[in-house]
Amino acid sequence: MSHEHVSNIGRIWKVFGILSAVTIVEVYLGILKPDFLFMNDFLSMNLLNWIFYALTIFKAYYIVYAFMHMEGEKSSLRSAVVFPVIFLILYLLFILLTEGDYIYEVFKNSTIKWNF
Amino acid sequence: MEATVTTANSEEKTWGGGNEPMGASYGKLMMWFFIVSDALTFSGFLAAYGFSRFKFIETWPLADEVFTHFPFMHGVSAPMYYVALMTFILIFSSVTMVLAVDAGHQMKKNKVVIYMFLTIIGGLIFVGSQAWEWKNFIKGEYGAIETKGGSLLQFVDKEGNRVALAEFAATLPEEREQLTRSKGKWFMDEPSLPSYSVAEVQAGFKAHPELLIRTEVITKEKKKTILSREESELRLSQAHYVVEGANLKRNEYGSKLFADFFFFITGFHGFHVFSGVIINIIIFFNVLIGTYEKRKSYEMVEKVGLYWHFVDLVWVFVFTVFYLV
Repeated sequence: MSHEHVSNIGRIWKVFGILSAVTIVEVYLGILKPDFLFMNDFLSMNLLNWIFYALTIFKAYYIVYAFMHMEGEKSSLRSAVVFPVIFLILYLLFILLTEGDYIYEVFKNSTIKWNF
Repeated sequence: MEATVTTANSEEKTWGGGNEPMGASYGKLMMWFFIVSDALTFSGFLAAYGFSRFKFIETWPLADEVFTHFPFMHGVSAPMYYVALMTFILIFSSVTMVLAVDAGHQMKKNKVVIYMFLTIIGGLIFVGSQAWEWKNFIKGEYGAIETKGGSLLQFVDKEGNRVALAEFAATLPEEREQLTRSKGKWFMDEPSLPSYSVAEVQAGFKAHPELLIRTEVITKEKKKTILSREESELRLSQAHYVVEGANLKRNEYGSKLFADFFFFITGFHGFHVFSGVIINIIIFFNVLIGTYEKRKSYEMVEKVGLYWHFVDLVWVFVFTVFYLV
């Protein structure tokens, strides 16, 4: 519990502005799909999707740190929540996406065409 | 014994409560525990979606062809505008929630009441929007054909615009009665029949030489493959089933797993929003009758606020994964 009861209203509206702006940019890009982003790949995903994921994490940071007031918590609590989640999700994504790509190759290069 | 007590506050027993590990009260810490575990649950679902999508990367449905509806705009293709609106509603209800927490810190009961009320309204609008989105998804728009091999065929005209089954399917004098429990010899029935039979679609296709078939396969230009007329006729001869709209078995958009994941993940998120609204309503009435005024602390509002922001956080990811990427 923090003891200063300063009003944060200015910051709240600022964060709302940032989140709205990012969402507008996302929708705009999603409808426009500029070719130089959409057709160029980096690590087997197109640049547009990388931008979408980067913006999503940017938004997630603001929701957790400003709205959930993570920035006001003790650093031990911050690390205890943030690091396990980030590590486990990266680990899970690495395993599952690699495996999914492997199965795609099996379907593509062998006689099995459709299984389930 | 004294030497083992490590906190500065030696009056309190370390293991008997009274201390606040990491500077967070019991309830708040437990809410963080819950949020971490729930976040991992959702990331498991989304990673499973990614797994299936990578598995069928060449045939996965294109999101901006699936979600194209906007209220009161029939026949207008408006990809993503509606979900963008839903995202704004949810972010805004997050803002009113955090304003309620802020007003609680300053012990301003009336302000907390107003902001909590706005949050609840925002949550209800969001759940309603999701129901509408589901309705459109389940109803479908064009219809498609499933082949014996399990792949999906959609119909387009010469320009590549989608054509609905209703626009060309022939009416044949065949009668196919729905099997219901009352007519069965045993415990037999079947799901409701599609509006057209396979033969009707095939006859209609033959009568409209301008029609072509679009398969699920995504080309190098990141569009779906459109077959030539001869190839189309060949593929259609393997037709097996008429698909209209979406259910858990098959859907007219493409990969069967696509609809399953859509229903499961957005449904699970919608369930979170719904329970969040219920919890918000309980806290709202507690604020009204002055429970937290008596307690001299609005921490309870802060705790439900954490949950509510988490729901918003999950939506940000669901939005990206299902609608943008």
